[in-house]
Formats: sequence, C-alpha cells, structure tokens
Amino acid sequence: MNFAIFEVFDVYLLEAVVNGILLGGVLALMALGLNLIFGVIDVVWICYAELIMIGMYGLYYAYAVFGLPMWLAAPMCIALVAVLGLLLHYIVIRPLLDAAPINQLLATGGVLFFLQSFATVAFGIDFRNLGIRLPVLAIGDMHFSYARLLAFLAAVAGMVTIYLFMTRTYIGTAIRAIAQDRQIMVLMGVDSRRLYLVTSALGGALAGLAACLLVLQYDVHPFVGLSFGPITFMIVVLGGLGNFIGGFVASFVFAEIISLGGLYSDLEWGYVLAFAFFILMMFARPQGLLTRRS
Amino acid sequence: MLLVKGLVKRFGGFAAVNNVSFEVARGEILGLIGPNGSGKSTIFNVLSGTYRPTAGSIVFDGHEIAGLAPHQIINRGIGRTFQIPRPFRRLSLFDNVALAGYYGQGRHSRAKAQASAERALAVVGLPIDPKAKVGGLGAAGLKKLELAKALATEPKLLLADESLGGLDEHEMSRAAEMLRRIRDEMGITIIWVEHIMGVLMRVVDRVIVLDHGEKIAEGSPGAVANNPKVIEVYLGTEVPALHKLAAASHAEGAPS
Repeated sequence: MNFAIFEVFDVYLLEAVVNGILLGGVLALMALGLNLIFGVIDVVWICYAELIMIGMYGLYYAYAVFGLPMWLAAPMCIALVAVLGLLLHYIVIRPLLDAAPINQLLATGGVLFFLQSFATVAFGIDFRNLGIRLPVLAIGDMHFSYARLLAFLAAVAGMVTIYLFMTRTYIGTAIRAIAQDRQIMVLMGVDSRRLYLVTSALGGALAGLAACLLVLQYDVHPFVGLSFGPITFMIVVLGGLGNFIGGFVASFVFAEIISLGGLYSDLEWGYVLAFAFFILMMFARPQGLLTRRS
Repeated sequence: MLLVKGLVKRFGGFAAVNNVSFEVARGEILGLIGPNGSGKSTIFNVLSGTYRPTAGSIVFDGHEIAGLAPHQIINRGIGRTFQIPRPFRRLSLFDNVALAGYYGQGRHSRAKAQASAERALAVVGLPIDPKAKVGGLGAAGLKKLELAKALATEPKLLLADESLGGLDEHEMSRAAEMLRRIRDEMGITIIWVEHIMGVLMRVVDRVIVLDHGEKIAEGSPGAVANNPKVIEVYLGTEVPALHKLAAASHAEGAPS
C-alpha cells in the first residue's frame, strides 16, 4: 500500500471516528431521556422525538423570531419541553398506567401524530433554522464543526448532571430504586404519583436540551422527529429497555456505524448500515447488548 | 393506639378476613398467630394500605386510616417489614435504609434520613459503613435489613411480618430479643405476625389467634396456649393441621 494514501485515509478515518463520538453524545442524551421514562414509569413515549421537535421550534421562535438572547432562550426551551413532559404524563399516561402496554403505545403514538399535525398547522411546513453559522475547527486536515463540538459538550454536561442527581439526591435514589421494584417503594412511604411527575419533567427537560443542541445543527420542520426518533428507539432497545448504561454504549456504537459508514459512501448509507446492524442484533441478542436488570 | 373494628377483606367470594376486631395499646407487643392462610398477612396488608378493606374501620391515634394510600399510612407512623425480604440490590445497604428514612417520615429531610438510618442500622446490628452492599447478607442479615428499613421510617407502630421465618433456633431467639429491645428502648408498639409459636409466646404481652379469617381467641400467651379451641385448630395433631395448611394455601394462593 502506498504510504501517502495510507496517511490521507487515516486522517479521514480519524475525523469520522471523532465525528461519530460527537454524534454519539447527543444520541446518548436522547436515549437517556427515553430510558429514564421507561425504567421508572414502564411506558415508552413513542412521541419522544416530537417533543424534541416542538422544543426546536420553541428555541427557533424565542431566538430567531423574538430575538431573545441564547442564555435566556435555551433554558426557556428546556423548561417548555419539561412542562410538555409533565402534561403528557398527567393527561395521557396517568389514566393509562394500569392499561395494557399496547394501549399506552397507541396513546403516545396518537400524541406523535397530534404534535406533527399541530406543528404543521401552527408553524407551516417550511424548513427553518436559527441562522447561526458557527465556524469550523480545523486540526491539520481534519474539520470539526463547532456546533457539533458544542452539542457534544452540552450533552455530556446534561448527562453528568443527571448522573449526579440520580446518585447524590434521595429523589434520584428513589427513581433508581423504583425502577428496580415498583411495589415496595410505596410501602417505604414514597408517593409514586409524585415521583412519576418528577421523572416525566426530567425526561422532558432532557428532550428540551436535545432540542437546543439539534436545532444548532439541523433545520426544523414538522417531521424532523422522524429523522432521529427511530434511531433513538433502536438505541434504547439495543441497549436493553430501561438500561441506562446499555443505552449509553449503544449510542456510541450506532454513532460510529453511521459516521464510519458515511465515510465510505453517503451519510444515508451510514443509516442503512445502522438499521441493518440493529436487525442483525435483534436476532443475536434480543435482550439487548447488556442484559437488563438482575 | 390502634382500634380495628369489624374488619372484612374479601377477594371475590372468599373472605380472607371476616369481621375481625381488636385493639392495640401503646407500648404493647401483640402477637398475631394462626396457621397459614388464616388471614394474618391480609390483615397486615390492609393495615399498611396495600389492600383496601371491604368493610370495617381502622383508627390509628384517633384518626381513621382505612383506605388511605400506603405512603400516607407510613407517614402517619405505621412501619412494616415483609415476610420475604425485598431489598434494592443495586443500592448500597445504607441507601436502602436511608431511602426509607427520607420518604417514610413524611417530611423529606436529608439530615433526618441519615440520622434515622444510622440509628436503625445500629439497633439491628448491621454495618453503618456507606460502602456496605446488600449482596453479602444472608437470611438473618436480610431480615435485619427489613427491620432497619421499617425502623428508619420512625414508626410509632411496627408491623413485623413473620420476621423469624428462615432463621435457625439461635437466630430466632436473638431476633425476638431484638423486637423486645425495640419496644423497651425505642418505645415502639409492635404487632408481630408469626406462625412459629414457640419464641413468640415468650416475648409478646398478648396474643390473638386467627383461623379461616376469624378471630378465635385472644389473651395472655399462657391462657391462649391452653384454650381448647386454639389447641384444636392450631396446636392440634399434625395430620389435620397439614390438611388445613394445604386447603388454606390453596384458597389464599392468589391474594397473598
């Protein structure tokens, strides 16, 4: 093999690997929110990506239309989606807590279509963006966008915050505990209805943070949820539903497949490879990468 | 302190508890005995709010608590242990107990939760080390953990559910001694459910005997042990007792 070619190839490979890691951070953030909801409340928010879509519009309107500064607009966006998570639990999930899982899936699936239609009517089908062009960081022959770097760092910060909350506070400890044994918690004096509301708000806040990070990089339109909703569900299922660590690992596995697959052809092929990998894994390890719960 | 009147709990057509009334005085250790399926655990589940009573009233400290949610009952000062220990294995030993202390007392205070957890662990004789894990505990250790969790909720009344099952003779008498100490030193009133009579009879002040969901005897351990009705249904010859056990566990299989 020609030495010069190897050198060039290596740089692109490294760039793709690093971009994969950057993408993995944001995917892991989304997977964490979904896992949190499933682990604690035992329901899957099919409309999770649509909450993110609403959040993206929220930031777009606050920042680009109303001209609020980013330091104010971003927390407002996170708070908005946290409130949406609360409402989703209060209005849709709570009445169906004891219903069959299929009914819960259909109900949150209904919310998905509701939010898409709502966004279409309210915001139109145009693609919109914040109009921010962040510079590109060049290291040697490698190029990394600041938006991705920023998104990765913020995602990591968000996950560290959740980790500290889950391990250092009693509310967080209770959330971890209720994921292990639902019945015993109420007999220790825990009001599970309140804990579910806290968890829903937390899951919503994570979706809100993801919305802020995604709208930095991508245009928002009513169907934008379809482009990252399915991948988030695959990650969560591959990691083992409700398994936080598994979801984290699976995020980076998928991100690298997408990024490295995209290196050898189009980015779209990266997604095709990721889906194919998912189907294969469902045959090989249907219980998820890491086994769930002891 | 606790006044139970006309308590009924039905599962479909089966009356697991049928018109049971009793009273518990402050500072007392009351034994609740009866063969398997006699309704002891169902009474506990109704008292702790897991089951809603079909009929009857439960007055605790002057307030009606029948039908309240489990967390409300615990926050009013009724703690309980479980026949089968159910710790959170992914949490540390200390966190298991502190979590009960945090939520069980109604006011969510970190400092109080930790103080209660330390005290409870000391009382039952488990390590207060924050790094200690649940994994290494044997049957006796898990029972102690259950007790520590219940104590950390700072109860006025402790419902101890067959705390001695799965223990050997020596561990049993030590556990019984521990319950007496909890009453004497912490001033906690105790209702103790048990099907092994021996050790219980040495510690309790008063005994209630249940059979088929009904109260058939009540009184001092000595009087109850000599009650012909009790001897018939509970201490009777082994063959009928076994029949009864099989029938009862069949009948109460679903709810318990």
